[in-house]
Amino acid sequence: MSPTSDDPDKARRFREAALPYLDDVYTLARYLLRDASDAEDAVQECYLRALRHFDTFRGDAIKPWLFAILRNVCNAEYARRANRPSAIDDAPEAAEQTPLWRESEAGPETEMLRRRDATAIRKLIDALAEPFKETFVLREINNLSYREIADAVGAPVGTVMSRLARARAMLRAAWTAEEEQSK
Amino acid sequence: MTCDEAKILLHALIDGELDAGHAREVEAHVATCVACAADLAAYRDMKRVLADTNLRYTAPSQLRARIEASLPRAERPNRRAVLRGFAMGSAVSALAATGLLAVVLRQDDQQRILSEMVSAHLRSLQAGHLTDVISTDQHTVKPWFNGRLDVAPPVIDLTAQGFTLVGGRLDYIDARALGAVVYRRRQHVINLFVAQTANTALRPPKTETMQGFNCRHWTNRGLNFWAVSDLGADELAEFTDKFETAMKANLEG
Repeated sequence: MSPTSDDPDKARRFREAALPYLDDVYTLARYLLRDASDAEDAVQECYLRALRHFDTFRGDAIKPWLFAILRNVCNAEYARRANRPSAIDDAPEAAEQTPLWRESEAGPETEMLRRRDATAIRKLIDALAEPFKETFVLREINNLSYREIADAVGAPVGTVMSRLARARAMLRAAWTAEEEQSK
Repeated sequence: MTCDEAKILLHALIDGELDAGHAREVEAHVATCVACAADLAAYRDMKRVLADTNLRYTAPSQLRARIEASLPRAERPNRRAVLRGFAMGSAVSALAATGLLAVVLRQDDQQRILSEMVSAHLRSLQAGHLTDVISTDQHTVKPWFNGRLDVAPPVIDLTAQGFTLVGGRLDYIDARALGAVVYRRRQHVINLFVAQTANTALRPPKTETMQGFNCRHWTNRGLNFWAVSDLGADELAEFTDKFETAMKANLEG
């Protein structure tokens, strides 16, 4: 008998604690992996691992804990992709990311960002480089506090702050660059 | 504050993560710096647009179903439910099942209680959790329980027998308060959990092992005892014997 199946009480507690955050975990997986089916696999693996290690969960916030597990799963997926002979996905995106590394060139005048639809904004976020993207998604979409992000990614709060500043600068630059083009 | 500092901290300001002192500093800087003021306005604007847009994804229902299916289900027909269904089948089989049900449930309950005893023992070993009343004097520990429990746990000094009384504690097992009398032998802690039971029959001690801890359970004089420790089974049995002998001597003396 597996160590999980003989403890319905643990499974019940896990279900109540972790399942409400399925959409949160899936959202992060989608942004980290940029692929719906890879994200599904990663989330399922994340929940299996989380249940297996639920005894070690001691905190009061389960979201950062789940995200930390998901990151490990995604890192394994990154490694798998890197070893794949035809890394089709990576090359064009790497090229797309290049201009984002520049800081915003906008002048001191306030540029009002035009409203974009969700698909366009998701694409802009998708194109952000790691580790800036994950910090950004954890903050703006998963609504984690700086402390919780630091816990999830295993970095000091100061690092979280500078990554977030960098992520927003990159997103703002990409956003305004696109608007320039569409003019 | 320099622009470099402000360019990082203004994000924390937008996110409501700054304490009042730093928030005032950033605001003071922004009030005098056009570039940083523009940044702040732009990022506030961006955050507002992002907040107004649904950027979340919804987990596909088949993913949810797959994860649900991989979890052991509480509703899954287990031994208990099968027997319950059986018991509801007919009056005759219900009678037959009740005895069986009682046996099965009792074992399930005992397993669960054993696991809770071990958890309580582990909790007690964390710093500052071992004792509510610290005393090697049984006449201090015993009265401490008065009014805290519906049972007066026997507190017996076994120092002479090699088990030092350390103190007492209230604990909660199975949502019920019960007394824990704490002993020590060398570096090993023994938690003796005591709870009332309607069963006045003597049940001889029996040792079970869970997660590397020994738990010796017995019933006597309307009290349930569980001695939990990382001591070896032989030494825990010795503890139980010494305790019962001393109890008997106390009652007779």
